Amino acid sequence: VFKRFVEIGRVAFVSFGPHAGKLVAIVDVIDQNRALVDGPCSGVRRQAMPFKCMQLTDFVLKFPHSARQKHVRVAWEKENINEKWAATRWAKKIEAREKKAKMTDFDRYKVMKAKKMRNRIIKHEMKKLQKQASKKGKKLQKAQK
Amino acid sequence: GEKKAGDKKAGESKPAEKKASQKKIREKTRKPKKHHASRNPVLARGIGRYSRSAMYARKAMYKRKYTAPETKIEKKKKEKPPATITKPVGGDKNGGSRVVKVRKMPRYYPTEDVPRKLLSHGKKPFSQHKRKLRASITPGTVLILLTGRHRGKRVVFLKQLATGLLLVTGPLVINRVPLRRAHQKFVIATSTKVDITGVRIPKHLTDAYFKKKRLRKPKHQEGEIFDTEKEKYEITEQRKSDQKAVDSQILARIKKVPQLRGYLRSTFSLSNGVYPHKLVF
Repeated sequence: VFKRFVEIGRVAFVSFGPHAGKLVAIVDVIDQNRALVDGPCSGVRRQAMPFKCMQLTDFVLKFPHSARQKHVRVAWEKENINEKWAATRWAKKIEAREKKAKMTDFDRYKVMKAKKMRNRIIKHEMKKLQKQASKKGKKLQKAQK
Repeated sequence: GEKKAGDKKAGESKPAEKKASQKKIREKTRKPKKHHASRNPVLARGIGRYSRSAMYARKAMYKRKYTAPETKIEKKKKEKPPATITKPVGGDKNGGSRVVKVRKMPRYYPTEDVPRKLLSHGKKPFSQHKRKLRASITPGTVLILLTGRHRGKRVVFLKQLATGLLLVTGPLVINRVPLRRAHQKFVIATSTKVDITGVRIPKHLTDAYFKKKRLRKPKHQEGEIFDTEKEKYEITEQRKSDQKAVDSQILARIKKVPQLRGYLRSTFSLSNGVYPHKLVF
């Protein structure tokens, strides 16, 4: 049922708080609610962070518990987490949301025009296929008769 | 002088490398000194952290010695106009001379030392008011008009007039908005800007040019009062020529930006789920 677990080396996405939007690796578990966390390649100092603000990702790094930041960084860069993260759908959705929020009035107009054109092309092709299908159907009916 | 020339030469040959000393010298001669904030942090109201003597040292008052301007002592006493003049006595007691003061004592002293300020003190007429312009509105900005018959239309901003109203144009061929005035408060400034550098706007486009004309001929007392007033607004030839003169320059620049023309043709509107406070313009 559960696929992502809190473990040493699990890369988590910080969803709210002062480091919202950054990736961190779980270095150690402090107690039921907090973890020692470090994000050397994402600008998060080594600190305690509550589990509530972390969202687990699919990535796990290999380093022993309470490893130094240097080792966390080495493991992070070896796995190339930053690139892998940017390639995930999750990260892309976040980026798209940000872009949408930053759109200016002119951008919204351009998007509207682009969508309109795209839908027209799609509709055009659909209509073509529909026509073909209906023609085929009519032919069959004629042949049957 | 020589130092400056030398620095300039070095600056020109190696613009990237600026020695710290050269920069310092240049900056000293260029900028006027900025005033430092208070060097005495406040512990409680009226109580500073440092004593007088400590502040003397912190402010480097030992370095700062101000002397009163010595011009009066150094220069020879300027030829002051004489305080008194001797004039000959005319009239009855002719002959002889009398001494007359050149600058006489005032013959009247008002009862109040500082004259009372008028009730209208500091209240300026509208023509002397300070005009403000939002920082987001610069020449060439695309504005969205919110009121008036052209509401929702996107329009190019040209300049701010003397009364503070904004001079704005469609351009006419794009969205039927002529050279017109718009109020700053009833306008949304978008971040889209058209490059308007070098566009010359005729000088005669002032508020008086755009002001509505009202005929006042109270000759007819009864009956025909409403007929004489000009009801229909007629577009004068001058307006047409001015419109052409300005628009031709602007259209050229609009064409350079892809899709801008269509953007200016479209109107702005809100729909479900669109909240102005969340939109970035």
